[in-house]
Amino acid sequence: MKYIDEFRDGAVARQLAAAIRREADRPRSYNLMEFCGGHTHAISRYGVADLLPANVRMIHGPGCPVCVLPIGRIDNAIELAARPGLILCTYADTMRVPASRGLSLLKAKAGGSDVRMVYSSADAVRIARENPGREVVFFAIGFETTTPPTAVAVKAAEAAGLANFTVFCNHVLTPSAISNILESPEVRELGTVPLDGFIGPAHVSTVIGSQPYEYFAEEYAKPVVIAGFEPLDVMQAILMLVRQLNEGRAEVENEFTRAVTRDGNAKAKALVAEVFELRKTFEWRGLGEVPYSALAIKDKYRAFDAEARYGITYRSVPDNKACECGAILRGVKKPTDCKVFGTVCTPENPIGSCMVSSEGACAAHYTYGRFKDVAVVTEGAR
Amino acid sequence: MRDGYVRPVDFRHGRVDMTHGSGGRAMAQLIDELFLREFDNRWLRQMNDQASFEVPAGRLVVATDSHVVSPLFFPGGDIGCLSVHGTINDVAMAGAVPLNLAASFILEEGFPLADLQRIVVSMAGAARDAGVPIVTGDTKVVERGKGDGVFITTTGLGVVPPGIDVSGDRARPGDRIIVSGSIGDHGVAIMSLRENLSFETTIESDTAALHGLVAAMIAAVPDIHCLRDPTRGGLATTLNELAGQSGCGLLIHEASVPVRGQVSAACEFLGLDPLYVANEGKLVAICAPDDALRLLAAMRAHPLGRDAAIIGEAIPDPHHFVQMETSFGGRRIVDWLTGEQLPRIC
Repeated sequence: MKYIDEFRDGAVARQLAAAIRREADRPRSYNLMEFCGGHTHAISRYGVADLLPANVRMIHGPGCPVCVLPIGRIDNAIELAARPGLILCTYADTMRVPASRGLSLLKAKAGGSDVRMVYSSADAVRIARENPGREVVFFAIGFETTTPPTAVAVKAAEAAGLANFTVFCNHVLTPSAISNILESPEVRELGTVPLDGFIGPAHVSTVIGSQPYEYFAEEYAKPVVIAGFEPLDVMQAILMLVRQLNEGRAEVENEFTRAVTRDGNAKAKALVAEVFELRKTFEWRGLGEVPYSALAIKDKYRAFDAEARYGITYRSVPDNKACECGAILRGVKKPTDCKVFGTVCTPENPIGSCMVSSEGACAAHYTYGRFKDVAVVTEGAR
Repeated sequence: MRDGYVRPVDFRHGRVDMTHGSGGRAMAQLIDELFLREFDNRWLRQMNDQASFEVPAGRLVVATDSHVVSPLFFPGGDIGCLSVHGTINDVAMAGAVPLNLAASFILEEGFPLADLQRIVVSMAGAARDAGVPIVTGDTKVVERGKGDGVFITTTGLGVVPPGIDVSGDRARPGDRIIVSGSIGDHGVAIMSLRENLSFETTIESDTAALHGLVAAMIAAVPDIHCLRDPTRGGLATTLNELAGQSGCGLLIHEASVPVRGQVSAACEFLGLDPLYVANEGKLVAICAPDDALRLLAAMRAHPLGRDAAIIGEAIPDPHHFVQMETSFGGRRIVDWLTGEQLPRIC
C-alpha cells in the first residue's frame, strides 16, 4: 500500500531503534507519555516497545475518546434510545462501553431500542432525512478530530430544515486534559508519575495546529513532539524527544509535517467556533470534573441540541470499585497493576472503559501484548 | 377428462407468497418448476422425502451450515453458490470426499421469484461444477418481516478415505502453517456493498469449493495434520481454534501472509484487520516440517492454491497463544476476535 507501507518499514524501524539506543545512553530514564489512543494502539500493534531500550518508557495517556466518556453520559444515551420511536446513531466503539445496571448500548439495542452504528455524522443526518416521522439523535463523542464533522452535521440539518435531528454533544478538548495531567498532584508535587515529555496528538493537531502545545512546553518545561499514527512516526518522535531531553530543550516540534501546521485547519476551527461553546465544566472518566474541557451546542443552534430538547440531566456515576481505569488514564498505574485486568475484565466482557476501545491502554495490552506477562516459550522451531 | 391447464410459475414478476410453503399445489409446482428442474438428479426425481444411497468404504463425515449473508448478491457470487461451497468445504476439511448435499430454504413472503430463481440456478451450477449433487431439500415460507429474503441451510455428507486422519488437534511444535492464498477477499467484497460503507473495488469474493484442492494435497501428503477454512472471524480466529485444540502455540510472520493491496487498503480505511476478515475459498493447512515444501508445491500446482504460502510454524506454548512477528520487527498476539467486525458476512 503506497503512502502507508513506507511508514511501517521494518528496516527503517531498526535504524531508528539503533539511533534511540545510541542516544538514550545516559544513566537516566526517559518517561514519555503518548497522549492519544491512536499512538497507544500503534505502539501495541506493531510491537514498538520491543524495539526500545529499557530506560525509555512509554506511559499511556487519556487520549481515547471512548475511555474518558463517563458512565453517566452513556446512561443518558441509553435513556434517550429507550424513548419510543427514537433512533440513536453512534460510532461503533461506544456500543460496548459498560454503563449502569450492567447495561450498554449494545444490550439496549438487543432489548429493543433502535441504536444504529454509523461511520460518520453525515450518515446520522441521512437517517434523519430518510425517517421524517421519527426523532434521530446523533451521540457525538470525541476530541477535536470528530468535532468539525459534528458541526457540519448540525449545519447540514439546519440547511435541510430537519426538525427531527438533534446532537447529544459530548465533545472534549485535548489541551484541557493535558493541563489536568500536568497539574495533577502525582506529577507536580508527589512525583509519583515521572513525566519527561509528550508525544502530541496526530489527527487532533491537524485541526488545532501545533500552536496550542507551546504553552505546555513553556509553562511546564516539557517537550512535545507531534507525531503521526504510523509506527515509524512514533519511533521518530521518541528519538526527537530523547534529543530534546538530552540537550535540555523543551520545545514543540512537529514530526507530522505532512499533515500538521502551526495554525491548523482554519476552516474547521471557524465551523467549530460557530456551532459550539465551552462548557464551564465536564466530567471525564479518570480525571473527574475538568473546567472548560468540553463543548456544548450554542444557543443559536439550540433546536439541534438533544440536551435542550429532551431535558437531559447528568448524574455522575462512580466507577466499579475494583476498576483502575482512572489511575491508568492518568498514567499512575499500568494495566497489569489492575486486579481485574485479564481476569474478570476482558475485551469480551469489559468492566472498565480502557478495556473497550482498541485504543484503550488495557485493551491494547490485552489484545497484543499480554503474552509478555507470562513465561512463554517464544522461540520458533525454525 | 383432460388435465386442467396449470399456469406456469411467473418467475419474471411473481413473488413468494404463503401458499408456496403450505404443502399444497403451489408448493409442489414451485418445487417442480424450480428446484427439481435446476438441481435435477436421480435421487430428487424419486420424489421421496429423503434420499437413500450406497456409501463407499471409510469414515462418514457430516457438516451443516446456515447462510444468512447480506446482501444476497455480491461481486464474485451470491448466497446460492456460497451455501454450496461453504458446506462442501466444511466436509472437505476433514480430508473427506464430499458425496452429496441437502438444502433447506426459509423464504420470506414477498421475496421476488426472479431472485429466488437466480439463486437456485447459481446453487445448481455450483453443485454441478463441484460434482456434488443436492439430493434432498425442504422449503418453508415465513410472513413478511419475519425473515430477510432468503436463508439457506445446507448439510453435506462425505467419506474420509482409509488411512487419512486430518483433525484440528494434531498440530505439533515444529509443524508448518500454510495458507492457500490471499486472505480477506470475501469479507471486503461484501463490505463494499453495505449501504453505509459503499466504496468501489474490483475485489471479488473468493467463494469456491475446495475439495479438489484438498484431494490434490492429500495425494501429495497423506499425513496432513490439520485443515480448516478460515471463514467468519478470518485467519486469526481459525489459528486460535487450532492452537487451542492442539494445545500448542502458533507463530506467524506478517510479511509472509498474502493480502491483496486492495484488501489491505480497504481494511486500512475501515479500521479493520485483514487477519479477521472472512474468506470463503481459502484453507489453512498444518503439516510436519519435512512435508511442508511438497505440500506447498502441490497446492501451488492447483488453480485454487496458486498463491499458497508458508506463513509460520507451531511452537510449544502452554498458553496456546497465536503470535505474529510484525513486519515492523516487533512481536504481538493475534487474539480471538472481540465483538464482531461486521455482521452477516456469510
